[in-house]
Amino acid sequence: MSTIQPRVAEPSDETVLVHAAKAGDINAFEELVKRYDRNVFRIAQHITQNREDAEDVVQDAFLKAYQNLANFQEQSKFYTWLVRIAVNEALMRLRRRRPERMVSLDEDIKTEEDSMPREVADWAPNPEQLYTQGELKEILGKTIQGLPPSFRTVFVLRDVEGLSTEETADALDLSIPAVKSRLLRARLQLRERLSKYFKNRTGGDGKK
Amino acid sequence: MTCSDFLKELTDYLDGAMDAQTQAELEDHLQWCHNCYVVCNTTKMTIEIYRDSHLYELPEALRDRLRTAILSKCQSAKIGCAETPVRRRSSRSKS
Repeated sequence: MSTIQPRVAEPSDETVLVHAAKAGDINAFEELVKRYDRNVFRIAQHITQNREDAEDVVQDAFLKAYQNLANFQEQSKFYTWLVRIAVNEALMRLRRRRPERMVSLDEDIKTEEDSMPREVADWAPNPEQLYTQGELKEILGKTIQGLPPSFRTVFVLRDVEGLSTEETADALDLSIPAVKSRLLRARLQLRERLSKYFKNRTGGDGKK
Repeated sequence: MTCSDFLKELTDYLDGAMDAQTQAELEDHLQWCHNCYVVCNTTKMTIEIYRDSHLYELPEALRDRLRTAILSKCQSAKIGCAETPVRRRSSRSKS
């Protein structure tokens, strides 16, 4: 069985852009915005589950990055540093919307039992083709929304954005074992929840 | 290897982050354990479906609007210790 490969490559000219932006070149910073605005928006929307909040996160994360460029020591990639800022902004907005709930990346909810597979029916060969694009997005959105914020944050960074385990740990200020533990549980919980939509139904069309 | 052992290694297995011997043991387990095979296969599909879903794409019109707003705010702000001072264009500087 083949493995999952990350999809983000480090652009070689990034250091030049960062140095130029640090020196006050707004065009260089605009280039960095263009390079990563889609990623930041996707991460923010995954975490906040709210479109308006995601838009605010994009603006505030880039503004904060710009204002703090001088403090960026370049020990990590610019993107990892930016993600760290964006995740903090997104979690802050989530806390504002849900003051009744503690929202923290440190939360380690329940035991491993919550991730033990119960559904072991195989899926249809091309499960995403059982639904229209719109239906599929609704299913995927609804499903990931049900995960605790700490799980979906790790999942989106590792599996959607393609950060390495080390970069994810760095961006979230978590240990590598903590990232791996949350990632496993996020993956298994998503799999479990998607099974009801995607499992192979002999003689059926796969739809509910 | 038990199913529980397999599950603990699943993330590293899917990420290809393990030594050859452990990988061989996992693959041996997959040969005879149908449940673990299904869990492994459908977990991999879960990751691929999310990765390829284009969930929460940023529409171009919104993207342009956000970028304009970001750059406008940046021009009003100041980089902490920029080597070249950034000219302020408004009194709403946040730095």
